[in-house]
Amino acid sequence: MGNACAIVGVGQTAYKTKRLDVSMAGLLREAARRALDDAGLTWKDIDAVVIGKAPDLFEGVMMPEAYLADALGAAGKPIMRVHTAGSVGGSTAIVAASLVQGGVHDRVLTIAWEKQSESNATWGLTVSGPFTTSLVVGAGGYFAPHIRAYMRRSGAPDHIGTLVAVKDRQNAIKNPYAHLRIPGISREMVESTPMLWEPIRYLETCPSSDGACAMVLASEDAAKKAPNKPAWVHGTAMRSEPIFFAGRDTVNPQGGKDAAADVYRQAGIADPRRELDVAEVYVPFSWYEPMWLENLGFCGEGEGWKLTESGATAMDGDIPWNASGGVLSSNPIGASGMIRFAEAALQVRGLAGDHQVDGARRALGHAYGGGAQFFAMWVVGSDKP
Amino acid sequence: MSREIAVVSFVQTEHTGADAGLSETEMLAPLITEIKERTGQKRFGFTCSGSNDYLAGAPFSFVSALDAVGAWPPISESHVEMDAAWALYEAWVKLLHGEIDTALVYGFGKSSQGVQREIATAQLDPYHLAPLGVDQVSLAALQARAYLDRAGVKEDDLRAVAARSRAAGHDNPYALHLDEPDAGEEYDVAPLRPYDIAPITDGAAAIVLAAGDKARELCERPAWIRGIDHRSDPHSPGARDLSRSESARIAGEKAGAAGVEVAELHAAFTHEELILREALGIGEATAVNPSGGPLSANPVMATGLIRIGEAAARIHDGTATRVLGHATAGPCLQQNLVCVLSGEK
Repeated sequence: MGNACAIVGVGQTAYKTKRLDVSMAGLLREAARRALDDAGLTWKDIDAVVIGKAPDLFEGVMMPEAYLADALGAAGKPIMRVHTAGSVGGSTAIVAASLVQGGVHDRVLTIAWEKQSESNATWGLTVSGPFTTSLVVGAGGYFAPHIRAYMRRSGAPDHIGTLVAVKDRQNAIKNPYAHLRIPGISREMVESTPMLWEPIRYLETCPSSDGACAMVLASEDAAKKAPNKPAWVHGTAMRSEPIFFAGRDTVNPQGGKDAAADVYRQAGIADPRRELDVAEVYVPFSWYEPMWLENLGFCGEGEGWKLTESGATAMDGDIPWNASGGVLSSNPIGASGMIRFAEAALQVRGLAGDHQVDGARRALGHAYGGGAQFFAMWVVGSDKP
Repeated sequence: MSREIAVVSFVQTEHTGADAGLSETEMLAPLITEIKERTGQKRFGFTCSGSNDYLAGAPFSFVSALDAVGAWPPISESHVEMDAAWALYEAWVKLLHGEIDTALVYGFGKSSQGVQREIATAQLDPYHLAPLGVDQVSLAALQARAYLDRAGVKEDDLRAVAARSRAAGHDNPYALHLDEPDAGEEYDVAPLRPYDIAPITDGAAAIVLAAGDKARELCERPAWIRGIDHRSDPHSPGARDLSRSESARIAGEKAGAAGVEVAELHAAFTHEELILREALGIGEATAVNPSGGPLSANPVMATGLIRIGEAAARIHDGTATRVLGHATAGPCLQQNLVCVLSGEK
């Protein structure tokens, strides 16, 4: 795993449908400055910048690291841009951590974002190459059949998705940055919203958000000077698999299982449900909570929905998932993975505010993307490994 | 962290100046097969690629490329929306600290599918620069003019760069074989004439990196990475001295550019080679772009990686002991990466 890597600063913007008050650079700077403030650093202290976002077609700016270099204080410094589909926020954090773990830099600023209001994400996802057929469905239409397959396989009752939609929005009410903070959110309210892609109802999907999330990652020496308590990286993993081939299990993908096994091995975790205190997991459609509970080894196959139904993943359950409100409450696509990673760090630093899980010492951050084929994960802890 | 890491294998397509009817995946698949055969490796500890959605005009161009890699069982993999030289940088960092000893890096691009100089406009500051519609060649011409005015260099000197590059390209079976530059050609955008501009090219390239003894096992003469660094300049053309490349100078200094025998420079315009020579302190004793360089083949998103591969190949074949590969990104040489390689000490 190389040298120790600490998270010494976290910054987020408010997540909203349209952030018309800031340019793209302004949006990134808002998150970055909050992360720098948390770390007690200025732009000058940063050695390198690593940024990430989902496809450039979402904003219509190609390879935006060139344009953003000035605003992010990167003149004379290294700046690079990661793109691994929806998992990109997580992958970006892992690339930044890698620079510290490899001993290349001491202080790395990493930022992920999406400004969805600048363009149309469903259009951006729908354009296809000259030799392929467009599905013209966006993400919801793509994932709905996988959810139906999960329901058939596991025998899960229809209301499980509703429970997740309510739980994550209740958590979001305690998170000042969350996009969807719906007073009085209830099962009846979710069930009264239109069916978009059967079985996914309107309130069982993530919103389209503008927003950015930033972190300052530091070497052990640099972390000693941090004014606030750091979180420490206990393990990182990425896995990818091809999108279409006969025999691929799209409901419980091998790539997710392998990445989880790898990151748990690095962190010395044998039983994630018992040994982790909180998890921030990429759940853009409500049903992905029970699906990922199984994929990430929190329970056996076919048991995920029972865990959700029992309340184990609620704030007062034994393994809270998405205390921040998760992707269901805020979804600036390219940033959504990094928000999971950053919220995991905030939890083990004890700085998660009203949605803090008491005494959290180890947390999982998770992101996935493409056709549930790209996975990025890290485990962070309050103790130096 | 200190671990010796080397380029142990390099392959590239026979680049074409027009669409050869292959998809990106079809272009890549034989190349990945070739590098797996050459190294005898079926799986790699890490895989990283560089590509650009705007070339294909569709999102996620790297997703279908996974089919060429054969990512099953699932692989540890990442992607940069940058020239694949930066993918190589990411893989190098991973090898520094990871529990792995090999990495596969590849890049691909088909610039024949669109109008490259107009597509590049989409990379500019979306609020202040892109709306003006200034294209890549016009911006390059601004830089060329700034350099000619400062350095007292003449347009004939630019043509000499094109002539040398095109002649060298004739000895490279993978490059386009372009005619000797015609001094009578009209300007494209003054002071640049068509031969000053890298050709539209489709192509791909792949490199395998390996650490320590694994590198010695896979390659008779590994090209060890002695220094690699990348830097950015401000984006706005008005915020920097266009006649110089400060970011290339810093990257060259950090990577140890002094005293190389061969330099493969990612100069997509003739004047860029001259600016880079100055920034990197490359003198007459150094052979520049013996492959023909980007002026003989410019498969965008692989061009920078190919520079590192071509430089490493001079170590592999024993014709040089210390070489340099350079990559650039952004308008007017905004970002620069320098990789210095050498044989065994």
